[in-house]
Amino acid sequence: MSSIEAHLPILQVLVPLVGALITAFFRSGTRSWAVALVTCWLSFGIAAWLLVKVTHGGGPISYVMGPWVVPQGIEYRVDALNAFVLVLVTAVGAMVMPYALKSVAQEVDPHRQAWFYTMYLLCLSGLLGMTVTGDAFNVFVFMEISSLATYVLIALGRHRRGLLASYQYLIVGTIGATMYVIGVAFLYIVTGSLNLADIASRLGPASAEFSRPVLAALAFLTVGVCLKLALFPLHVWLPNAYAYAPSVATSFLAGTATKVAVYLLMRIFFSVYGVSFTFDSLPVADVLLVLSVAAMFLASFSAIFESHAKRMLAHSSVAQIGYITLGISLANQAGLTSSIVHLFNHAITKAVLFLAMGAVFYRIRSLRIDDFAGLGRTMPWTMAVFVVGGLSIIGVPGTAGFISKWYLAIGALEKGYWPLLFLIVLSSLIAVVYIGKVVEAAYFRDVTERTAAAREPPASMLVPMLVLAAATIYFGLDTRATVDVSAAAANLLLGGSR
Amino acid sequence: MSVISELVERYNYFITIFLMVAGLYVVIAHGNMIKKLVGLSLFQTSVYLLYIAPGKIIGGTPPIIDPAYKVYSNPLPHVLILTAIVVGVATLALGLALVVRIHEAYGTIEEDEIFSQDGEI
Repeated sequence: MSSIEAHLPILQVLVPLVGALITAFFRSGTRSWAVALVTCWLSFGIAAWLLVKVTHGGGPISYVMGPWVVPQGIEYRVDALNAFVLVLVTAVGAMVMPYALKSVAQEVDPHRQAWFYTMYLLCLSGLLGMTVTGDAFNVFVFMEISSLATYVLIALGRHRRGLLASYQYLIVGTIGATMYVIGVAFLYIVTGSLNLADIASRLGPASAEFSRPVLAALAFLTVGVCLKLALFPLHVWLPNAYAYAPSVATSFLAGTATKVAVYLLMRIFFSVYGVSFTFDSLPVADVLLVLSVAAMFLASFSAIFESHAKRMLAHSSVAQIGYITLGISLANQAGLTSSIVHLFNHAITKAVLFLAMGAVFYRIRSLRIDDFAGLGRTMPWTMAVFVVGGLSIIGVPGTAGFISKWYLAIGALEKGYWPLLFLIVLSSLIAVVYIGKVVEAAYFRDVTERTAAAREPPASMLVPMLVLAAATIYFGLDTRATVDVSAAAANLLLGGSR
Repeated sequence: MSVISELVERYNYFITIFLMVAGLYVVIAHGNMIKKLVGLSLFQTSVYLLYIAPGKIIGGTPPIIDPAYKVYSNPLPHVLILTAIVVGVATLALGLALVVRIHEAYGTIEEDEIFSQDGEI
């Protein structure tokens, strides 16, 4: 047992990677799904084990590959922050999997279903690798593994626009990853190291006297990662990618992919450059703050005028990313806690919303909000799940979304930015409008021919949705699990390695 | 005079920057999907040069420890870029495969013609 425990960090990446290899040999979608299901839950188990070990077993775990010592060798480093992100990614991955069987069977061509699961596991493996590794170049490799798998997942949708969305994401995503690797190149030229912690110590104490390549590196890293996390002006790839991907892929990606990029941004800002350098000597916080607020409003407005339900939710994702980056820009304990806890809360909330949309599509074969008329009566559980998710997006007390906004508000007040408080509330009110549009169609309009025949989705789809919806409420009431870990992680970032 | 000597001494960086900017320009300026991918490849290739050039020390030998040699070149950038080349090839291959599928679906690979068929997405 203990020998397995020592190798948990690498198993976290290897298990889905091997799972992807196994699924690649199957032709049948069902067998492939079974392997993927087991793999996803195994990964979730490993991540939970790591989190418990890190939070209760005393401090970060450092795992070294082969005989190469740190910083020459590649180090996998697990602390409270990335253990939390690992749990988040694997939890969404595992919860979506039982749902996938029926949904994928309908939305993906039969001879491509086995490949769908291969790509799903590859993407999972890449995202976990990005999170767990402590090596800057290793991050790039895993980023590309997950991105390439994502492009394929998006293109597997039946609509031909999926191909176009995938191509556009490929172009933007590759530019982002290349920008990131240019930033890493500058840091490597200056410090001669690729280990994130080692780069931080070699840069020395933060000062405004950093050489120009170091500053250029920060610029490249920030822009590259922000392309990946869809920060406001760099978000154009996201709505189409989410709208035309198969429902399962959308739910998984909306919950995890951008979150891992946000995690990476936090690592760069706080662990590599240090909070005093990033936020005191450079106007990073101001830029981030303005862009975050712009995202909260403009993306929410785009959501209002959207008639395609999945695109609407995708715009809303961009707005929600704005809340997360706003917390980062505040750079205090409460703000950062809110960002980290919102990574988790938004992941489960958006996953549940997209799963509900997947279930609707499964029955009525349409995602136009106008076609939802009367669904509240014919698919009551599915729409109830949607309403719970919607309330959490709005930030109603008693849902997970409220917790994040509460801490965000405290962070803004501590900083003395009280107008931000109004902006946070105001942008939440915009969310009422776009969530309300779907609710209005589903509950206050008469059943049409299209929706009269709709029934609840099969239990394998309904149960994961109900579990996630229950989790959305549970984490809104009992915040011990999420907020404590987030606060510990925020503390770690602010105290930092420097 | 100093500008010229700087240019000559660090010409590798200027080639890198030229390739980088040219690649990015092609990606942005062209509507043809294959040309965009060519630009993207050019952009990625510039990064290979950015890594490899500083790894070479003039007069340096491969890092095989021998009393006869004092100066060694850094082999690590080559290894990193070997990985990056694989990533670049995979991206290009996937991009081209997507363009083939787009051509099958739309009958064209010009972005404006596709948008005129399906509306701006």
